Amino acid sequence: MKILVVGGGTAGTIVANNLARRLTAETRSGKVQLTMLSASDRHMYQPGLLYVAFGQMTPDQLYRDQASLLEPTIDFHVDPVKQFMLDKNQVMTEAGRIHSYDILVIATGSRIVPDETPGLTEGAEFFYTEASAVKLYKRLREFQGGRIAVAIGVPHKCPVAPVELMFSLHDYFKARGIRDKVHLKYYYPIGRIHTIEAVAKWAKPEFDSIGIEYETLFNIKEVDAKNKILKSEEGIDVEYDLLIVVPQHRGMEVIERDNLGEGGWIPTDRHSLAMKGHDNVYVVGDTTNLPVSKTGSAAHFQAEVLAENIASIIKIGAPVRDYDGKIYCFIEAGRDRATYSMFDYETPPDLKPPSKPMHWFKLSYNQMYWTSVRGLL
Amino acid sequence: MSEPRIIDARDTFCPGPLMELISYMKRASVGDELELLSTDKGSVNDVPEWIAKVGHELISSEQIDNVWHIKVRKAK
Repeated sequence: MKILVVGGGTAGTIVANNLARRLTAETRSGKVQLTMLSASDRHMYQPGLLYVAFGQMTPDQLYRDQASLLEPTIDFHVDPVKQFMLDKNQVMTEAGRIHSYDILVIATGSRIVPDETPGLTEGAEFFYTEASAVKLYKRLREFQGGRIAVAIGVPHKCPVAPVELMFSLHDYFKARGIRDKVHLKYYYPIGRIHTIEAVAKWAKPEFDSIGIEYETLFNIKEVDAKNKILKSEEGIDVEYDLLIVVPQHRGMEVIERDNLGEGGWIPTDRHSLAMKGHDNVYVVGDTTNLPVSKTGSAAHFQAEVLAENIASIIKIGAPVRDYDGKIYCFIEAGRDRATYSMFDYETPPDLKPPSKPMHWFKLSYNQMYWTSVRGLL
Repeated sequence: MSEPRIIDARDTFCPGPLMELISYMKRASVGDELELLSTDKGSVNDVPEWIAKVGHELISSEQIDNVWHIKVRKAK
């Protein structure tokens, strides 16, 4: 039995490690072969990028060697997939190697595509990559006052990041003693300031109390970088001195190139996590087209369910669990407070007031992640 | 005429039905029809509001077995 995991991010790593532990006897006896293909020999803790943007973490703190995170029974290759051949139960890698499988797990993740919005790369700052987060920090450090506009592309990873960014901007400039010289305005795609109603209800009075302005039903159309004007699909023009954007995301190019899913998002059963139309192919994390947040948390809970099911299929011939849509996201409310949002397909989130202990828990989780991704937490 | 593209956003709190619709609308071509399925009663108001503000076309909106079916056409 060959199990092939494509992708070494949060979802792929947890699936592989969890499977390796559940199938220790089977892998040692040679009954099961567990292989992972990844694009990188390093693993990034992506939520840390927001801290890098505010000088609270340095990039080196975001990485571990991928091999060091994996159980020794996992056959790991830094050789990303160039072509999926689902009709043959095979993939071909960039190095030209063919890997056959009995069960395939696709966890290739997502990417930002700022180039798809005219003027965005030239006119806006981001924090969704290491280089852009460092650059944003330097821009913030040299900023002495003026209008900062924050706008959000659709779809995007980590839906609470825009709100966290606003609180962080407020606290950052307050600490520098120039908050009164900085005009902060937040532009959000739908008709309230966050897609989760409970988050919107909590954040709105918080924004009001600290002087963060907002405009809703605002979708980025283009940026006139020369004149520093952000234009929306809804026909609004915004002048800015510094524009910070959460860029639009897509799935990986290979997914679109092989017609596995429009936009790079693969049609996935919301409970079994099977790729629609393929009984032996599963999809986890950002790569799914599920109507759930693209976050490490969703990836984590999906990966645990999938690993348990694949192990059960091998041991008893049937899966044992459904993914119920569970997500748990920390929400940083500045430099010393945090809350969280927990929900599933049936249960809406019920936000608690932000607290210092929850912020400390989040800071602890920034380290505990490495235990989590090993499949131990 | 081709069938409208179905966007199944039932039972989701994040990113939510309107955000899902905006995401699909970005990838659609002018003239394409999309049908949003939503169990969020707020969709009955916020989807038409956004459609009108951008200048797309609302074709129909009806509730069937506690699911809102909202059909729209990309106009620009």
